[in-house]
Amino acid sequence: MTDTQVTRQDHGWRADLRRLLRSATFDCGAVIVLFWVGCALVGAQLVPHDPFTDDLMNALLPPSSDHWFGTDQLGRDVFSRVIVGARDILTVAPTATLLSTLLGTALGLTMGYFGGLIDEVLSRITDAVLALPTVIVALLALTALGTSTITVLVVIAFSFAPIIARTVRSAVLTEVGLDYVAAAELRREGTPYILFVEILPNVLPPILVESTVRLGYAIFTVATLSFIGFGIQPPSPDWGLSISANYGMIGGGFWWTVLFDSLAIASLVIGINLIADGIESVLHD
Amino acid sequence: MTDALTFENLGVAYRVKGRSQQVLYGIDLQIARGEAYGLVGESGCGKSTAAFAAVRYLPRNGLVTNGRILIDGQDIHQLAAPDLRKLRQYSVSMVYQDPGRSLNPSLPVGRQVSEVFELAGVPRAEWPTRVAEILAKVQISDPALVMQRYPHQLSGGMQQRVAIAMAVASNPTLLVLDEPTTGLDATVEAEVLDLIQHLRRELSTAILFISHNLAVIARMCDRVGVLYAGRLVEEARTDEIFRTPRHPYTAGLLNCLPQAGRSKDKALLATIPGFLPGPGAQITGCVFAPRCALADCLCQTRDPAFVRAGDRATKCHYPERVADMNRAVAAPVLVAAGQGSRRILQISDLAKSFGNGLQRQRVLRDVGFDLRAGETLGLVGESGSGKTTLARCILGLLQPDPGSRIQFDDQPLAGTTAARSRDQVKSIQIVFQNPDSALNRAHSVHRMLSRTIGLLIGLRGAAREARIRALIRAVRLTDRHLTALPRQLSGGLKQRVAIARAFASDPQILICDEPTSALDVSVQAAILNLLAELQATKQVSYILISHDLGVVRYLSDRIAVMYLGQVLEIGPAEAVFSGPHHPYTAALLSSVPSIDGGNNDRVRLTGALPSTANLPNGCVFHTRCPRMMPGLCDQTAPPQITLHADHVLACHLPPDQLSTTARQPLPDGTGPNLADSPVYG
Repeated sequence: MTDTQVTRQDHGWRADLRRLLRSATFDCGAVIVLFWVGCALVGAQLVPHDPFTDDLMNALLPPSSDHWFGTDQLGRDVFSRVIVGARDILTVAPTATLLSTLLGTALGLTMGYFGGLIDEVLSRITDAVLALPTVIVALLALTALGTSTITVLVVIAFSFAPIIARTVRSAVLTEVGLDYVAAAELRREGTPYILFVEILPNVLPPILVESTVRLGYAIFTVATLSFIGFGIQPPSPDWGLSISANYGMIGGGFWWTVLFDSLAIASLVIGINLIADGIESVLHD
Repeated sequence: MTDALTFENLGVAYRVKGRSQQVLYGIDLQIARGEAYGLVGESGCGKSTAAFAAVRYLPRNGLVTNGRILIDGQDIHQLAAPDLRKLRQYSVSMVYQDPGRSLNPSLPVGRQVSEVFELAGVPRAEWPTRVAEILAKVQISDPALVMQRYPHQLSGGMQQRVAIAMAVASNPTLLVLDEPTTGLDATVEAEVLDLIQHLRRELSTAILFISHNLAVIARMCDRVGVLYAGRLVEEARTDEIFRTPRHPYTAGLLNCLPQAGRSKDKALLATIPGFLPGPGAQITGCVFAPRCALADCLCQTRDPAFVRAGDRATKCHYPERVADMNRAVAAPVLVAAGQGSRRILQISDLAKSFGNGLQRQRVLRDVGFDLRAGETLGLVGESGSGKTTLARCILGLLQPDPGSRIQFDDQPLAGTTAARSRDQVKSIQIVFQNPDSALNRAHSVHRMLSRTIGLLIGLRGAAREARIRALIRAVRLTDRHLTALPRQLSGGLKQRVAIARAFASDPQILICDEPTSALDVSVQAAILNLLAELQATKQVSYILISHDLGVVRYLSDRIAVMYLGQVLEIGPAEAVFSGPHHPYTAALLSSVPSIDGGNNDRVRLTGALPSTANLPNGCVFHTRCPRMMPGLCDQTAPPQITLHADHVLACHLPPDQLSTTARQPLPDGTGPNLADSPVYG
């Protein structure tokens, strides 16, 4: 026998990454998101004005060469506030998403692998959690426990985990039917090994896509909670918070106090969704 | 008269990731009206591409680079859209491999078939009668009932009949059949092939028949073209090409088949070394030269022309030498595995059911047999007969019903791997059917082997590494395969890795569940040789599950025939094959197409496999048995008849009335005489 050839055709993760970088959708999303990440990291050192200093003499100035995006009702520079405002949301939302991914993956692996009664019970619980509107649950929890970033994190993590769990479960169900799982049982592997070393690597792609999509929603949820006063707390220049503080002014024609924060939220969510689309199209090719 | 289909110097390429990859190179062929033309070759040869090109159905990235395709004398690439539509409506139809996917799941069969008549402009009032007519034509016994059904409510064979009915409804000049029976059981395949033969005589339609199965082609076609790497390498009349192949690839394919009378203790199977070149590969000289036993300098430098001589054509510099190719394999005859009388595995009263109450599916019932040390027990039967469930019960992957007894080395075996001792688990292992499913695509070969050795043998460090290397060499792989991930290996190599993993724990019993059904014939031969060799050197007992009777015959010492979860017959391979045998065994044996095409006294099975939730009374086989005796077989369970010491079957018929197959086993397993030895392909 001379058939000892190993195909060096690379369609491993390296090739996937190369194709990802060549995808225009992904690149657009990445540019937007990287811009905001840059703002969050070093924005505070670069902005022209201190985003926290009140200057009542210069309140509600329209956009000008000195204040590019104008000033708010306390005279603070809107441009500086929008740039620095990326910081809190880009800490809370990704952390919450990461937590929900970890929790959801563990849940989904358990439901998919064990099946039967365990799956039945956990599925009903996750369905029940999914039926509750996130914002209402958040309000209840935050009222009961007091507003804090930790509570926001936990609430978002718990309300997003069931969605991730469902995605993971259905991917796991396909994998459990494959013979490599039977082969692992036939060499007496422990359950944790089968779950996390045998099955998990093969269900990572859908998890990656789902949690990127969730990140977009998490940003939305954090912004919403901040807007209604239960999320990030003043004096943070957070976007949702700023909109909430200024939206009463729109009627007076002071559109700049709200528009740029809204655009910031929208662009970040769109950027993340573009990334999710890019990843999905590469993985599904 | 114009030919039904003509390829003139046809070339087809696919654009993949911005690069053009040529898949068909200058194919020239004609199919006359009413003629059946078979196109054979291994996977990746371009068979399906040719089929799709013929009806201008190439995928979006496919492109005809040169040449012409004529149907009924019309160049199909010159046709405007309405004319092309008309051509597909009236002149050409296609039947695909998987009927479950080619039928629309949301339309009842009657509505779906009537679409053909709707397109043909038949008045609406006539549709039901026309549909019933055409369904009756494809031998569906109750058209009115079937018309109301949705495709998923029909069996695979029935679905394929409906697909064929739709294809022939317009009475086309040309019918393209792309692997129409590949997914079907042997008995169903035989019925569908019968049907196609019958329709051909009735409709005088020309057929382009695509298949990887030489025996099916031999049965169905007048002429055969052999494709290799996108080139037509040989073309001839069916009887001639199988008797006297003039291209080394054709000869190689024929020699690879495990044929009647061949068995592991006589000789190894022939193999075709090497690999099919990838699509778009640049090759100077003959494309087959790297794998050809006859190749010399000329072959490596100059591409031979496709030369026609009379009604034969071949693309070889030395067609006259092919006849002298050594058909016997220059390999040492294997030492037959010691067939001691020690019973290593004893199974009795084994039952397995799923679900409860009325939904209760009794997949295995009263299964009992022994496995002896060092022997191979072949397990045959249609899909749904419980072969794989039996394997999983023996392995401890499924817990058998209470009361079942499985003993290994005289010790009772627990129902799950967790409850078995390490020694018991490591002693019973399996080679799964599909290596893509059996190998974790995230793990390297080294990791899979080292985990198995570490957990089941308990070796660490250098001793473990040494054992991994020994295993890898035993399955003819090299050290550099150790770092490879499954996707970097071809199907045959993956199956070798799976075999290495199964042998890693030094099992005493190895279950091989359809070990070669996902592989091409030439690769299959190599894997079967490997299994035979490993058995001889390691003294393992095999339980071989296969629907391919040729494979079973080649490897097995004894054979058990299963039907609806019961063993109907068990005995020495020779005896089961030659008979007297159970009527079901007779039906299985006679449903296998053979290369000589002769298949006169076929035993036909009618009807579908009964549901395991509602098993027939009396003999489980009586609903389909051609020799059913009313009042007896449908009332009373049959007795066990012992024919010889070791050959037992369950049937009411007296032993002297059981049928036999008059087959002359080959004297020495060399030089099979294709004219009169049926081939199980």
